[in-house]
Amino acid sequence: MRVELLWWDGCPSYPETQADLREALASEGVDAEIEMVEIESDDQARRERFPGSPTIRIDGEDVFPPEEQEPFSLTCRVYRLRDGRPSPTPDREDLRAALRRCHAHR
Amino acid sequence: MRIGDKAASFSLPDTDGQERGPDGVTVVVFTCNHCPYALAWHDRLTQVAEDYEVTFLAVNPNDAERYPRDSFDAMKERVEADGGWPYPYLRDASQEVARAYGAQTTPDVFVLDAERILCYRGAPDADHRDEGQRAVWLREALDAVLAGDEPQRPETEPVGCSIKWSR
Repeated sequence: MRVELLWWDGCPSYPETQADLREALASEGVDAEIEMVEIESDDQARRERFPGSPTIRIDGEDVFPPEEQEPFSLTCRVYRLRDGRPSPTPDREDLRAALRRCHAHR
Repeated sequence: MRIGDKAASFSLPDTDGQERGPDGVTVVVFTCNHCPYALAWHDRLTQVAEDYEVTFLAVNPNDAERYPRDSFDAMKERVEADGGWPYPYLRDASQEVARAYGAQTTPDVFVLDAERILCYRGAPDADHRDEGQRAVWLREALDAVLAGDEPQRPETEPVGCSIKWSR
């Protein structure tokens, strides 16, 4: 399983997301390294189809496909926690559930 | 701008077309529409504005050309969609106010006393995820300033999205 964390340094949420992702991988028993991919320009954001930082991809697929089609750019991504509140990082339960789904489909 | 410095006055348009600026004890929060940190802290900051009788100003300085969700029109739409805010939402199109204050992130909170002396600068509280924090650092600073004291914690690290400066 290829796990990528795409990030931009204008948004400080990636270390928290990296820690959450590492914990989720461990709790789901997934043996995979996290590839950190820094996005540094709008051109690169468009090429990588980067909807904002942080973005988690497994085998090339965004584990949380954006509901709205935003322009690909250097921006911070808005996630929703399970109680509906906006957040700079994915809900930890949603992250574990997404990993389970991806793991089961392999 | 450092703690103890006199902050610049300013006059910026709000979403109702009125010019606003610091007046008496004032909270200036640099914020925006698109940043998840600003959104995560928004309700807590709004509650502070409702709980304290001070001037409370939200200022959006982001470059709207690269971030259209922070345009003046988008700001007006957001306030209208929310049924109005209990404080004005100002547009800093030239980014001069954000530069004068040395704002770095959204949100970035500044508390000025009645003489416009900077008494607190930083984050609303320690954790954007924890609503129970209730913007406590800002509340502590306001409690001190309104009592004529200096905040015990005058400065914290602002946490949020970088301000989107025009190129």
